Formats: sequence, C-alpha cells, structure tokens
Amino acid sequence: METSSLLRVVGISKSFRGLDAVSDVSLELNPGEILGLIGPNGAGKTTLFNLITGFLRPDSGTIEFLGQKLIGLEPHHICKMGITRTFQIVKPFSHLSTLENVAVGCYNRTADVREVEEKAWEILRFVGLDAKALEPASSLTTPDRKRLELARALGTDSKLLLLDEVMAGLNPTEEGQIIDLVHGIRESGTSIFIIEHHMRVIMGLSDRIFVLHHGVCIADGDPRAVCDDKNVIEAYLGKGV
Amino acid sequence: MHGNQDRQGYLGRALNWKKGLIVGLIFIGLHFLPWTLAPQWVHIMIMIFLFTVMGQGWNILGGYAGQFSFGHALFFGLGAYTSTLMFIHWGLSPWIGIFFSCFIGIMMGLFVGYLSFRYGLTGPFFALIMLAFAEIFHMISISWKAVGAALGLLIPLKGTSIALMQFVDKKPFYFITLWMMAGALYLIWRIEKSRMGLYFLAVREDSDAAEALGVNTFRYKMIAMTISAGLTSIGGTIYAQYLLYIDPDMTFGVLNSVEIMIRPIIGGPGTVLGPLLGSLVLTPLAEFTRLAFQSYSGVYLMIYGMILVAVIIFLPDGLIGFAKAIIHKIRREAR
Repeated sequence: METSSLLRVVGISKSFRGLDAVSDVSLELNPGEILGLIGPNGAGKTTLFNLITGFLRPDSGTIEFLGQKLIGLEPHHICKMGITRTFQIVKPFSHLSTLENVAVGCYNRTADVREVEEKAWEILRFVGLDAKALEPASSLTTPDRKRLELARALGTDSKLLLLDEVMAGLNPTEEGQIIDLVHGIRESGTSIFIIEHHMRVIMGLSDRIFVLHHGVCIADGDPRAVCDDKNVIEAYLGKGV
Repeated sequence: MHGNQDRQGYLGRALNWKKGLIVGLIFIGLHFLPWTLAPQWVHIMIMIFLFTVMGQGWNILGGYAGQFSFGHALFFGLGAYTSTLMFIHWGLSPWIGIFFSCFIGIMMGLFVGYLSFRYGLTGPFFALIMLAFAEIFHMISISWKAVGAALGLLIPLKGTSIALMQFVDKKPFYFITLWMMAGALYLIWRIEKSRMGLYFLAVREDSDAAEALGVNTFRYKMIAMTISAGLTSIGGTIYAQYLLYIDPDMTFGVLNSVEIMIRPIIGGPGTVLGPLLGSLVLTPLAEFTRLAFQSYSGVYLMIYGMILVAVIIFLPDGLIGFAKAIIHKIRREAR
C-alpha cells in the first residue's frame, strides 16, 4: 500500500491556450518531509501550487491528500483538509492589524475568540512579529510581510504548507531567520513543499528536490544528486558548446 | 508566562463598562427627545434613524465584505412594495408584511448574489449588476398597472392603529425607528468582533488570500448579502408606512440607491458608527437644502457630490476616521 505518502500527484497537466504550463507531472510528498521545488523562471512552479491548492483546475491527472481526492475542490475546502499555501506576491490584509491577519488563519480550526487570540500571539512570537502585532499590515516592511504570510499560514494548523518563494527579496540575515523558522515548523510535525530560487538556501533546507523545466519534471531526488544532474545544469545554464 | 494578560482582548468584543454606560444613557436620553423637539425635527430624527438602519444594511455588504453595491434601492423598493401591496390587497398588517418584505428582499439578494459571486463578479461589475436589477424593478414598477404604475401606491389611512402600523402622530415612528436602529447597530457590532466579521474584512481585503486561509468567500459574501438585503428591505417597509405613499422613483430609483449608500461612505464604511455619523450629518443637510432650494430640485444632490469629493480627498476613512484622529490627538495632548 502506498498510503504512507501525504500528498500524491499523478500525471497532472495544465495548459493555458495551448501553452503547457505543467505537463504530466507526478510527485509524492512524505509526512514530515521538506520537499524543494526549483526550476528556471516560467517552469510552472507556481502553477503546480495553484493546481494542488485548487486555485486552478488541472486538465488531467489526479491529486490525493491523505488518500482523498482534491480535484474539483475549492481552495478553502482544501485548506480545511490541511493544505495551506502562501503567495509569491504577498497578499496581506492591508487594513487589518498584524494580529488580525494571523487570526484569520487561526479561525480555520476554531471559532473561539480567546483560543484564536492566544494562538495568534503565540505564532506572532514564533515568527518574531509580536512587537508589531497591533500595527496595520500595510505598515510592515517587506521581510515582515513575508513573515506575516508565513504566520497566517501557520495559523491554519495545516499538515502541509506550500511556501512560494518566502525568501525572495530578503538579505542573507533575513533569509537565515526564515530558514530557522522553516526548520522550526518542520520540527513541530508539519510537512513543507517549498519553491525557492536561491540554490544555496534550498539545497541546505530540503530533504529532497524536485526540478521542473518547461512544465516537465527533469529531476527528483537528493539535493546533491539533483545539483550534479546533467539535465538540471543544462536547464539553468544551457547546453555546453 | 509573564505579560500574558495584557496580550488578551485585542480581538473580540471589548466594551468596557464606561463606554457601555455612555451608550446606554444616550439611548435612554433619546427616548425623551421627541417631547422637546419641534415636529419637523422629530421628522428629521426619524429619517436619521431610518437611514442609519439602511446604511448599516449597505455597510455590511459594501463596507465590511467589500462588495460595493450601487443598487440598494432594489431591496428598499421590494420591501416597500411587498408590505404595501399585501396591506392594500389583503389587509395584512405591515407588522407581518415586514417579514414578507424581509424574505422577498433576501431572496432577491441571494439570487443577484449567486449570479454575481458564483461567477466571480466583484468590484465595478457587481456594482453595475445591482444597479441593473434595481433599474429592472424600477421599470416594472413604472409600467405595471397592478402595482400602481408611475402614479405609485397610496396606503389608505385608517387612523391611529398600532396593529396596522399607522399613526397620525410622528412620535411612534420615532420610537420604532430608534429601536430598529439600536437593533441594527447592536447586530453589526456583534458581527464586527466575531469570526464572521473578520472573515468579511478578509474577503474585502484580499479574496484569494482569504480562500487560501480556509475562508469560504462565496458563502461569506452570500451571508453579507442576506443581512444587507434584510435590513434594507425592513427600512423600505417602515418608510412606506411612515409616508403612506410610495412611487417607483422614490423606491427603486437610482437616487435612492445613492441616498442609502452615501451615508455609510461619508461616515466611514466598514465601521459600526460610520453610517450613524454619516446619517447625522447628511440627513438634516439633505432635508434643509431641499427646503431651501425647493424651486431648484436637485441642488441637494450637487451638495452631496461636493461633500463626497471632499470626504474622499481629505478624509479617506470617512468622518469616523476623522473623529478618531481628533480624539487620539486630544488624548495625547492631555497626557
């Protein structure tokens, strides 16, 4: 039985007006794993996330989470089942306070205000935003907005987080802080599927790496092996002359 | 853990006894007002209360859930016509008719809401769909003889009768609208600090992000629509009973949509007190300018327009945002 995997994607494809954004991609994600997703610009990484979380509907293929089919479900339903994604272009609720932003996520599991508030503060402390809890999200700096994106997703108490470039645009120190956070999240038992451009970061972070190129999987395996893979080097640097 | 106490109470309801007492005293004080006011002022107070109720109706959908409606006259008109027709034809008391008004308004709201939200129409598209539906009913009410056509409907006055919601005196309407306003304010206040209220705001701020966090945005837009349509329809029924006359323009007309939405927008959309504040400022202004420029009908609309432009430029958070800023400043200086 293959019920051991948390997320199973089998042969999904999606094309936009004839352009194959994702074609026949299959992957498995095991419980407690950090799976890295890399690929050149336009490789279909975010599209894959959109397909898994229900923001887009695949043309073909199946997606299963804990043995349940996800195709056709709406994003909020998929979130309730235990998958939460973040957005590459952060989408804070600008006019709400940082605390309220996180509370929206926390309300996913309970309607109890006190419980939600307690949890929201706990998460804000965890990501280091507690000092800015009562400020409107619109006043946050870029690194803080990235943290907020992560904090809201944590609030939903999901089993699997899909993190879409949570470190883009950060300096090395800030990157290091987010890496520590991601490790901390995994230690609490949450699995992570993460898109990241920064090779050094993703190599150190992931247990396994999945490489997309023009919507097709060209490598899947141990970070070091993927790094030395001929196809991957070719995809990033082009063919040697 | 230390410092845990002061980290509670930022979410949820936080009304301390002081504020509660002030609100309670104002509410009780308002009960004595009609005996001290001239009749035309009682009329203005009734209008203030009534438009606050309907402003809250617009506010829950447009201000909180961010679905900007440009056709709330649709619900107002349905409410007014439903109870009035039931009274004229079947002699049904408006007290019962008001429930039917509410029901019809909500059904219409859910229908329009389903059409718009299921297919992802928001922003200007939703505003125009609401306008279109209001205009459809405007046209129907103008041309259909059975509902009085362009002449409108006159509600036969049977003297003061509590059972039929008919009063020769204005005071009973003052109390009806006062309590309704109190009820509407309480309802919105309760919603604001609940999960539902926060979800409404999340839908308004970013629908995709809300979905990703487990918010059924379609469902919450429909809930907002239900409350909104219900409150506005109730307002329509009361208005009809108060004036004892309705016609297509004053119910389904575009200007009525503007009247309903402009108060919460100017007062501060997405706040509990915004519609009240907007109504307090605009209602007397509208009544007086209408009196002062009787021979130039429409002047009050130009004044509305000027106020709207000024508020949008100088007070983007509405009058309530302005008031809060002043209070904040006074407190800081007092320290």
